[in-house]
Amino acid sequence: MKIIIAGYGKLGSTLVRQLSGEGYDLTVIESDPDKLEESIEVYDVMGIEGNCASMTALREAKVEEADLLIAMTGQDEINLLSCMTAHHMNPKISTVTRIKNPEYSGQITSMQGAFALSMAVNPDFQAAKEISRLIRYPGFLKRDTFAKSNAEIVELKVKRESVLNGLSLFKINQTLKCQVLVCAVLRGGKAMIPSGDFVLNENDRIFVTGSNDNLNILLKNLNIITHRAATVLIAGGSRIGYYLAQILLKHGIAVQIVESKPKRCKELAALLPDAVIVEGDASDQKVLDREGIGNCDAFVALTGIDETNVLMSIYADHMHVPQTITKLGRAENLRILEDLPVGSTISPKDLVTNIIVRYIRAKKSKVGAALTMHLIADGMVEAEEFRVTQETRHCGEKLKDIRLKKNVLLAGITRRGNNEIPSGESVFLEGDTLIIISGEDHVIEQINDIFAD
Amino acid sequence: MNYKMLFRLSGRVLLLEAAFMLLPLIMSVIYHEPHSAVAFAQSILITLAVGFLFSSLLSKGAKPGFYAREGLVVTGICWIVMSAFGAIPFVLNGDIPSYIDAYFEMSSGFTTTGASIIPNVETMTHGTLFWRSFSNWIGGMGVLVFLLAITKGAGKENGFTLHILRAESPGPSVGKIVPKMKQTATILYLMYIVITVLNIFFLFIGGMPLFDSVCHAFSTAGTGGFGVKADSFASYSPYIQVVTTIFMLLFGVNFSIYYIIILKKIKDVFHDEEIRLYFFVVLASGLLIGYNIRPMFSTVSETLRASFFQVASMITTTGFATADYDAWPVFSKTLILLLMMIGACAGSTGGGMKCARVLILVKSLVINIRKNLHPRTVQVLKINDRVVSDDVITNTHAYFAAYVIIVAALTLLLSLDGFSIETNLSSALCTFNNIGPGLGSVGPTCNFAEYSDLSKILLSFAMITGRLEIFPILSLLSRRTWKKT
Repeated sequence: MKIIIAGYGKLGSTLVRQLSGEGYDLTVIESDPDKLEESIEVYDVMGIEGNCASMTALREAKVEEADLLIAMTGQDEINLLSCMTAHHMNPKISTVTRIKNPEYSGQITSMQGAFALSMAVNPDFQAAKEISRLIRYPGFLKRDTFAKSNAEIVELKVKRESVLNGLSLFKINQTLKCQVLVCAVLRGGKAMIPSGDFVLNENDRIFVTGSNDNLNILLKNLNIITHRAATVLIAGGSRIGYYLAQILLKHGIAVQIVESKPKRCKELAALLPDAVIVEGDASDQKVLDREGIGNCDAFVALTGIDETNVLMSIYADHMHVPQTITKLGRAENLRILEDLPVGSTISPKDLVTNIIVRYIRAKKSKVGAALTMHLIADGMVEAEEFRVTQETRHCGEKLKDIRLKKNVLLAGITRRGNNEIPSGESVFLEGDTLIIISGEDHVIEQINDIFAD
Repeated sequence: MNYKMLFRLSGRVLLLEAAFMLLPLIMSVIYHEPHSAVAFAQSILITLAVGFLFSSLLSKGAKPGFYAREGLVVTGICWIVMSAFGAIPFVLNGDIPSYIDAYFEMSSGFTTTGASIIPNVETMTHGTLFWRSFSNWIGGMGVLVFLLAITKGAGKENGFTLHILRAESPGPSVGKIVPKMKQTATILYLMYIVITVLNIFFLFIGGMPLFDSVCHAFSTAGTGGFGVKADSFASYSPYIQVVTTIFMLLFGVNFSIYYIIILKKIKDVFHDEEIRLYFFVVLASGLLIGYNIRPMFSTVSETLRASFFQVASMITTTGFATADYDAWPVFSKTLILLLMMIGACAGSTGGGMKCARVLILVKSLVINIRKNLHPRTVQVLKINDRVVSDDVITNTHAYFAAYVIIVAALTLLLSLDGFSIETNLSSALCTFNNIGPGLGSVGPTCNFAEYSDLSKILLSFAMITGRLEIFPILSLLSRRTWKKT
């Protein structure tokens, strides 16, 4: 598939990294020659210098032959114009764009046809949705659901005093009296798909699948206290903060926003009459103390500067806030943050990448595409959900007789709403949904890709 | 410096070279030359063994991390090593007893120079002749580019291959023609193969024996100039001379132009400034030389045939000859010397400074003169209506400076052997620009055998330096390249 990516900023580069690994023909349009040079030196892509909304640049990028345009520049207007121009030059092209401005995002849905958009994503809204889910269902660092399977994939960090520390994987279910599966481990910046004799260490980040009930038992037996947050303190009144407050207020959770710019405070106060808007510098600990950081149930750091967010979250953890969530603009920093008590981290660009990659895969293989796809473990591992169809091979055979590719794991079988952790004796049948975990060395586009033969 | 990646890539290049040597081995068998066949078989085994050692044993656990520096160094090392191993069969089959002579001959082959130390090529075995011409063909498009075309290109962060393409392909600003490197390399090689096959066909129907057609087409394609006859093309029919003139010129054109033609955007081709300059220079110097040498030939067509063949051969840096241009008037000889320096288009198989660079140099000179007159004017350098970035301009200036210094130093060192200034200067120019025969004692009827061993080694490196456009080899000599960080 031929894809044009317009704009090589934070989002554009993350997308290029993900998509070039999957073997698409990528052309990058970027107006800054230095950024463009960086893109073609690191990834196997073609680079075109120019304005992605101009016909000259689009023609040079061979828009007539392209299947998809992804407009990811920093400006909504350029993105929209780029999509419209591309569609004018090639009516068969699909277009995906990012819309940041909340004033536009409302009207986009009704004007999708006029703007010739196949899909519009709003990273800030996605991030807010994700954060609100973490706040409403606390306990895990990250929590991803699957569309059809009655299962979730969650992230936990192994703490020194935890029973998980030093436990080998095949003993987990016995020790913690639940049916779950550790499907990926992130240790020292490296992701691995572990086998049963793998022993967990302190500071490992583990990714666990299981049914809702079993995961709750896991939480309980790990002595992780979960009670729903009643008050949330948000540092930074950015767009994400606005969306988040809106969602939380709707669920009856009290929200307090600390924002340093007086003008933005006024705007927020007008938009969110039920929230408490405080003018002040959230990076100042005295301000946070005054606003009662010690008493809130969750703290969310959402300023535009990663360093500030990290420092504030560490302070919140120090003040024993039960749940902290840190927004990171540059997920590259994740590795050094592993040992710091920053709680859950949210990276809007990774969320958007997830959505777009899922869209592209679905477009590529119309039949048999993944129902759900999550990039976990810093994007190094994929968790996908597939439906077993007539075309699926090895239907009804015992798992111990089927050879899967290296670094591919079958992590769940859901039949008629019941999720089962597979064993060697398990079988899958037509109509079941499967959860597949795979390392980044291969891309699983449809279910038959998992078999070694 | 990522040493393990360096070993891995040079090892793979050697494995590839061993595979290439199978063809001359087959030729030796076909022409019943058992001695030569054994020599090639032994060379294949040696190359395979070392290639295997490099590519799997010494490069175990190679880490990614491949930057511009690695691209330059890998390319430089690969070409030096490749010539070293390619020279082995010549020594083993006895055609060129001295290893230094063989190394000169092989680097001349791979760099598509075509300078030779063999007094009479007609005494050589078919295996040797084929391997010489085939090395021209391989070196023309570049062996690392071939490697890029055949190795799988999956995986993230594969952009480093661009550094290799840039280091190996000639021209001031090398780019891909399609998004994927593997496809770019494949398309380039496919076009290369198709035009070569056409060339073989046209030579063959002109009555040239098949073996000669293949060898000559290979040498023409790489713009190398290794022939199979002692008098190069002089004794061939006018038809064959004209066909070869045309194909030499075609191989001197930027290959991405052919891709544009395939895409049916022929209009763009005529607007390309480099192509215009290239054909203008060919036409003008062909006519001027023709006028100058008119008294030496009986008919006009014979004169033009001789002048255009020589012009095409020099500007594309092929180095074939139909006439002893060393005996021509001084004006023609000087023009030929200048053509050697200009060279073919960027992105072709030819050598020299490249028309694109000449264009940039001349334009930046004009801008500079205007700036002297009006110091505050702001001007940009445009080629094909596109602004040329300052990086490319600076790089071209640096290239030109290095070019002049290297030619000067080379001429000085060669003068120790005692030949005339004309001989030494033209030797330096025609090896460094990958042409082949020069003027004076290295003219089209003579060869390089007379030079001392030291000069031959110097010239071998001059050829490789010229083919890779200076920087890959210069970077090998820089102490910073080999520092740990």
